[in-house]
Amino acid sequence: MSVGFVMLAHTALDRAASVARHWATHDCPVVIHVDRRVKRDQVQKFRAGLADLENVRFCRRYRCEWGTWSIAQAAIAGVQTALTEFPEINHVYLASGACLPLRPVEELRAYLAERPRTDFIESVTTEDVPWTIGGLDHERFTLRFPFSWKRHRKLFDRYVALQRRLKVRRRIPDGLEPHLGSQWWCLTRRTLETILKDPDRDIYERYFSRVWIPDESYFQTLVRKHSGQIESRSLTLSKFDFQGKPHIFYDDHLQLLRRSDCFVARKIWPRADRLYDAFLAPDAGIKNRAEPNPGKIDRLFSKAVDRRTRGRAGLYMQSRFPNEGWENGRTCSRYSVFEGFAELFVNFETWLGKTLGTRVHGHLYHPDRVEFAGGETIYNGALCDSAPLRDYNPRAFLTNLIWATRGERQCFQFGPRDRQDISWFIAGDPNAQISVITGAWAVPLFHSRQSFVDLRKRAAHLQRVEQGHLDILRSPHTRARVRIWSMADFVQNPMEPLQTIIDEIAPRTQRRLSEAPTMVNLDGFGQFLQNLKNQGMQPYLMGDFPVGADPLPPTRAPHKPYLVK
Amino acid sequence: MGVVSAYRLRLQRQRWRIRAFRKRRELRKVAQRTDAIRPDDVLCFTTLRNERIRLPYFLKYYRDMGVGHFLMVDNGSDDGTREYLAEQPDVSLWTTDRSYKRARFGVDWLNWLTRWYGKGHWCLTVDVDEFFIYPFCDTRPINALTDWLDASSIKSFGAMLIDMYPKGPIDAVPYREGQSPFEIANWFDSGNYTIKKNKRFGNLWIQGGPRARAFFADRPERAPALNKIPLVKWRPGYTYVKSTHELLPRGLNLVYDEWGGEKASGALLHAKFLHTFVEKSAEEMTRRQHYANSHEYRAYNAVLKDDPDLWCKWSEKYINWRQLEILGLMSKGNWA
Repeated sequence: MSVGFVMLAHTALDRAASVARHWATHDCPVVIHVDRRVKRDQVQKFRAGLADLENVRFCRRYRCEWGTWSIAQAAIAGVQTALTEFPEINHVYLASGACLPLRPVEELRAYLAERPRTDFIESVTTEDVPWTIGGLDHERFTLRFPFSWKRHRKLFDRYVALQRRLKVRRRIPDGLEPHLGSQWWCLTRRTLETILKDPDRDIYERYFSRVWIPDESYFQTLVRKHSGQIESRSLTLSKFDFQGKPHIFYDDHLQLLRRSDCFVARKIWPRADRLYDAFLAPDAGIKNRAEPNPGKIDRLFSKAVDRRTRGRAGLYMQSRFPNEGWENGRTCSRYSVFEGFAELFVNFETWLGKTLGTRVHGHLYHPDRVEFAGGETIYNGALCDSAPLRDYNPRAFLTNLIWATRGERQCFQFGPRDRQDISWFIAGDPNAQISVITGAWAVPLFHSRQSFVDLRKRAAHLQRVEQGHLDILRSPHTRARVRIWSMADFVQNPMEPLQTIIDEIAPRTQRRLSEAPTMVNLDGFGQFLQNLKNQGMQPYLMGDFPVGADPLPPTRAPHKPYLVK
Repeated sequence: MGVVSAYRLRLQRQRWRIRAFRKRRELRKVAQRTDAIRPDDVLCFTTLRNERIRLPYFLKYYRDMGVGHFLMVDNGSDDGTREYLAEQPDVSLWTTDRSYKRARFGVDWLNWLTRWYGKGHWCLTVDVDEFFIYPFCDTRPINALTDWLDASSIKSFGAMLIDMYPKGPIDAVPYREGQSPFEIANWFDSGNYTIKKNKRFGNLWIQGGPRARAFFADRPERAPALNKIPLVKWRPGYTYVKSTHELLPRGLNLVYDEWGGEKASGALLHAKFLHTFVEKSAEEMTRRQHYANSHEYRAYNAVLKDDPDLWCKWSEKYINWRQLEILGLMSKGNWA
């Protein structure tokens, strides 16, 4: 009872040689297939290096090209040599020159000896494989592939398209149910012999020689016909990335590989000296009987694929600059925009900061300077308060700020006095929570003692700007959480909207607001609006303020903070 | 992109190639050891002037990384740079006294050298004050990266320039020969970079960092570009257009993902702000051999006279590449 290895080698022959030597000296026969394309002197050197080992053989060489029948042919040739030359072996393990044994050979041998009739081969029907690249799964078996994918990609693709259009189909030989799976398997002598001695072998080989990537389907399909006991997994740890090419292991994966408890890993970077030294050392590894457990490595590589395909939301950087609509989140976390609150309430920012326990910015898009929380001139990520720098790229300013303060909710004020370029961006961002009190921009005008002619002009301008902003917020493209109140409605009952906003920002606190922000004095605001009207301007965004009426509920004193139980 | 603009770019590429061909005459051989280049060597291309003090560490840094050969153009140094480089066993050196500016800031010279010697190699084009960082650079040599890029059919690798600066006046601690410049200048700006897409060449145009913040806060459009593509698997038709910011053919500039994912990318740590900078910028004021009439250097001089401190309380202290990756300045992409 023994296990023999069939090794397919084409590059890094020195590494292949040392791995073959490792197996051979541990009493495992090795049959090596060297790619026909390898130069003769290299092959000779390679063979000479292994000449002292009597249980190493070289089989007939084929010119191997990825995706074609030649690789399966090479494997078959190796298997045949192994079965005839080494009658003692019970399992044949197919490996590549870039494979590395991670556990002592004795453990593998013991593992297989306990399961003498089990074939370890990943073999899955085409309906169930999520990992085929390029959309070819079942069509691998029904189309023809005379052109090389590597060298004549265009021809390959066009011929596939043509066959699809003409609905040309190959007939799958009777008795075969197409299965796919990892190229690296470990099969029993019995199964391999029945496969090789099958009376229909010629038919199958002719069929598979025109199948796409037959090395992932020839044995995988035929074991289903011949094997009695299939364990559908590969003993070789081999991970593929989103392009379908194998992940490579380096020196820094040493601990990860050790803990994986897999028998063999591929593919190893040829210059990963530490890996080769560690795992080919005479008594490498701690003796254990654990089942292979590649979970950690799986996670590492699936994370890598995720990073490559989805990236980090809200990050714009040198190698991730998504097209509009592909950001997978325009910003990286939620933030709140308050419009009109700072005008209507005294020290609103301080109040909000206290209530939420965070820093609250002033008008980030103020035309003169960026009003960072606490009057800072420089902020997280070394963002600078210079208005020209911010206006040079207002989006980047916001996305940078949100990115640099990850984990801390950002709140800032906005209004018609600010630079408006960012409006569309925040309106289209699902992470934005925008709360607007329309017309509140009139309150500072009301308190200022400017001449009425100037005020009128200013008010008309601000109203126009805010109307434009509101049109954006109400457009069908808006994705932000938008709430809009007219000022008249808001002052009637300010606590309820505030409570709603706060609850949304910090849902877990579940606290009733105990202290309301102080509202500015609005005595005579109605008259002020009437005066504007009398001057010929129509202020409508603030809603209906009757002349002379007290805008606040009569039961509450306008100057004192009030409590809500 | 239409046929017309594609053809225009082609013409432009040919123009730079012809220019590089003409400018080859300006280069005089000092030491040529290009026979020693092995087929899978990563080559480093550099043009420099009076950088003697930086050289020992520069060479050591890239030798440790696994660079196989250095091809350098010395632009009229008079501080022993030439003599020092001529003695190095893995350096091939050319020299010229001609105008750096007229050679489009050295690009023509290097385009010639890469075309002649870089063919089929991974070529790393960096300045003497730029230190290349890539994912896993502390555990994997540069060949691991280039092998992986080859296997993934990637032809160019982006690395953004990150300006490093010391805490306190930039000339407070003098740099000693052989020392890592990042023992002194080990701070950087982590999150104030802005990106625009250059429609014409398809590359990203990145600005920001301490230079934009300290020197160009009023004229941000003039802030220097930080996007760079220093590592390219060179083929004969390739050419750098402006420094290493952009290449032609323009497919090489696509080092970023447009569909939400992250491609792998590195960084160039820029050790510009050492005590030598003060002398250099004074010299450049008179020499005027740098980009756009050295307006950058004029801006530096105006600011540095009064307050030569670039450090601020949100500056980030450099630790390693993993830190840069977490901050979102570079990415591992799908390399793991």
